[in-house]
Amino acid sequence: MAAAARFLLRGAGSKAYISNVNSSAQSCLGTSLRKLSPSCLSQTKTQKKHSSHFTYHPDPVPSNYGPTTKMNLFQSVTSALDNTLASDPTAVIFGEDVAFGGVFRCTVGLRDKYGKDRVFNTPLCEQGIVGFGIGAAVAGATAIAEIQFADYIYPAFDQIVNEAAKYRYRSGNMFDCGNLTIRAPWGCVGHGSLYHSQSPEAFFAHCPGLKIVIPRGPVQCKGLLLSCIEDHNPCIFFEPKILYRAAVEQVPTEAYTIPLSQAEVLQEGSDVTLVAWGTQIHVLREVVTMAQEKLGVSCELIDLQTILPWDTETVCKSVAKTGRLLISHEAPVTGGFAAEISSTVQEEQVEVFRSGQEIDQLLTFTCFRANNSEVVYSELLRRSLSHHFSHLGTRPGKDPVFNHLVRKQHLGRGCPSAPCATTDCYFWFNEPSLYMRG
Amino acid sequence: MATVRVMKKMYGVCSHAIRQTTVLKAARILQQREFSVNEALRQQQFNSSEEKPQFPGASAEFIDHLEFIQPNVISGIPVYRVMDRAGQIVNPSEDPQLSKETVVNFYQKMTLLNTMDRILYESQRQGRISFYMTNYGEEGTHIGSAAALDPNDLVFGQYREAGVLMFRGFPLDLFMAQCYANADDLGKGRQMPVHYGCKDLNFVTISSPLATQIPQAAGAAYAAKRENTNRAVICYFGEGAASEGDAHAGFNFSATLECPIIFFCRNNGYAISTPTNEQYRGDGIAARGPGYGMMSIRVDGNGVFAVYNATKEARRRAVAENQPFLIEAMTYRIGHHSTSDDSSAYRSVDEVNYWDKQDHPISRLRHYMTARSWWSEDDERSWRKKSRKTVMEAFEKAEKRSKPHPDLMFTDVYEEMTPNLVKQKEAMWRHLQQYKEHYPMDTFTK
Repeated sequence: MAAAARFLLRGAGSKAYISNVNSSAQSCLGTSLRKLSPSCLSQTKTQKKHSSHFTYHPDPVPSNYGPTTKMNLFQSVTSALDNTLASDPTAVIFGEDVAFGGVFRCTVGLRDKYGKDRVFNTPLCEQGIVGFGIGAAVAGATAIAEIQFADYIYPAFDQIVNEAAKYRYRSGNMFDCGNLTIRAPWGCVGHGSLYHSQSPEAFFAHCPGLKIVIPRGPVQCKGLLLSCIEDHNPCIFFEPKILYRAAVEQVPTEAYTIPLSQAEVLQEGSDVTLVAWGTQIHVLREVVTMAQEKLGVSCELIDLQTILPWDTETVCKSVAKTGRLLISHEAPVTGGFAAEISSTVQEEQVEVFRSGQEIDQLLTFTCFRANNSEVVYSELLRRSLSHHFSHLGTRPGKDPVFNHLVRKQHLGRGCPSAPCATTDCYFWFNEPSLYMRG
Repeated sequence: MATVRVMKKMYGVCSHAIRQTTVLKAARILQQREFSVNEALRQQQFNSSEEKPQFPGASAEFIDHLEFIQPNVISGIPVYRVMDRAGQIVNPSEDPQLSKETVVNFYQKMTLLNTMDRILYESQRQGRISFYMTNYGEEGTHIGSAAALDPNDLVFGQYREAGVLMFRGFPLDLFMAQCYANADDLGKGRQMPVHYGCKDLNFVTISSPLATQIPQAAGAAYAAKRENTNRAVICYFGEGAASEGDAHAGFNFSATLECPIIFFCRNNGYAISTPTNEQYRGDGIAARGPGYGMMSIRVDGNGVFAVYNATKEARRRAVAENQPFLIEAMTYRIGHHSTSDDSSAYRSVDEVNYWDKQDHPISRLRHYMTARSWWSEDDERSWRKKSRKTVMEAFEKAEKRSKPHPDLMFTDVYEEMTPNLVKQKEAMWRHLQQYKEHYPMDTFTK
């Protein structure tokens, strides 16, 4: 496990793996369609996108938390941990390989700065790491445990679900492990394949007592991580590992917190609500632009940020306005957290439906490892054109953009993950060359 | 022959290692609560000039003949005892020389626990509480270990350690309140009977999943070490729970992270119905200690003084030297596993009778007291009567008490009430309003 992780890291460390490259491979179909469609012609001027493509959109420089420094996502984690170790003498950070800085470099320099009793390696045993963290928190320490990959959190499932989540409840509030925070690199990375890419948030979202948080970039990451550490409930903090190096922002150097259980509306819109968290936010940002440019559709984009307990109010309020909802996540569809969101929204909207107000059937769409805005966009079109955007004059079968995109999904070799979009299938075409370019 | 030679060699190496370790430990006692690990205990320095194995994971010598290590190379770990079955001190130098008052207190706590068990077991049979687990036969392990600890030491129990809590002064009323899940239950009626806990007495609330407390105890001990408050942690578990992965995690973490902790294994012969020979193949739980680099001992768990001495010394050294200790207390579960179990299906009445009549921790301590004229027949009679009466009083009081307020179903999930829980609570009250005839609302606190 650790060996595999390190192997992966070497690749990850050497280059940024988010590419924005022109593909030279054009399918014949694509070429012929382009001839027919003026909008496709415009697409050739922009750039061809691979399955794992998206452009990182940095947040604006925050002005209310003091001076800022340029940091990538892993440095913002380090900065948050640094602030915590400096201000809280009971704080300890531990996990596999954290002493030398961690395989993702999130704890670099902390052992030397704060001592080896505060930043230390544990044996290679996830159930032990979480169990140890729970005990340390019960005894009064601020425990920050690192699980090397979210894919390896499952041996600790019992400790998290049966122990951490229920400690306060079962003891009648006599004992709790609220000072425990579990950090884990999470999500698709491009070359991580089956066991270095998982997004297991839905497993834990079924467990009252836990908080689950996933940031979209460095500024959010530091503020949300510090909130998790300060929060008096056990928190799982999943860090999108594809963003560790690729996401760079001006991050405040001092400690600051961003409230948990509050979604953020990143862009206001009127026609459809798009909900995501972590990496998918950046995919959806592109979808927002594409929908606006190509269809004149106005999207409202929401970053959920906290998966549990999640901000139903913000999402429901938005859907009440737009009447349509699209959720995109990187995990399998069945039992995914999108299902929870869509069912909650429908339940909450029952009153609106009853009132006779015209609201189209809610859309929900989850996409697995389709880190490509075109995939999401075309799915949005495929599912919605016939019913929802008919007033815009586009119809399935007639719209060349739509045809081009959908057919490319199924026939083209340029989108290796497309066959897996909206499925429960773990299999996908792992073509490292696609991610190594640029 | 070959085997004997290897074994001798192994013992030679072992004793050498022990000597070395003792010297190192002695040095470390001087630097109390020192975090830096002695370099000699760490990975050895690479030295290519020496004709010795240089692998980073092990030391020792090369050999030039093929021999497997026998699994019983550390077999037959002896059982430390202080008094025999007749309550006689075997080796006077090992007598802890406890005062009459202390020993009588031991005895009274052991018998009070026994009385409480009988009444609560019967009450479950009569359908008055939902479930119960007796401590029959293991009273010596509870009282002997509890008495050897400092009251500040944090206890992580499994579920059959009621005597530890009783020794610390947990009142009968609260035992009963927990078993009845009434409004006085410190756990607010959320767990099955015997899942006790008490913050004031430093006894962490029991949870049903087995062995989960073991790595947690290691973490708590690490935090205690950093606090530097002369506090130790004790972690109880059965020989069955020691098969769980969490047990391995806890042992390995506490050894590598040098935690002041006592792992107290109650080896009572059965995990529900599974006997020890189907639970493990090595020499019990104590034999695992050396594999983790941990100090270990096996004691006669039915002799309260052996348990007391071993725990006391382990506690002293755990705190002074920041290292874990493993105590395997050999005992016997005389009762069924729980009220959901009938042990006659998997063990003989004769076997149970032997332990009940010939080697019971309570009768052994009584022999010891009688021999010193500290406890007469009259004392016994009046104590039995008195203890039964106090248990019955607490029992009746708990039975009359109302159930916790229904709102308590929703608190303590998180530290704060989250919006979804507030909604669900409101929904519950609407439901109760609508269908109140289906719920015994008058039994709950209003």
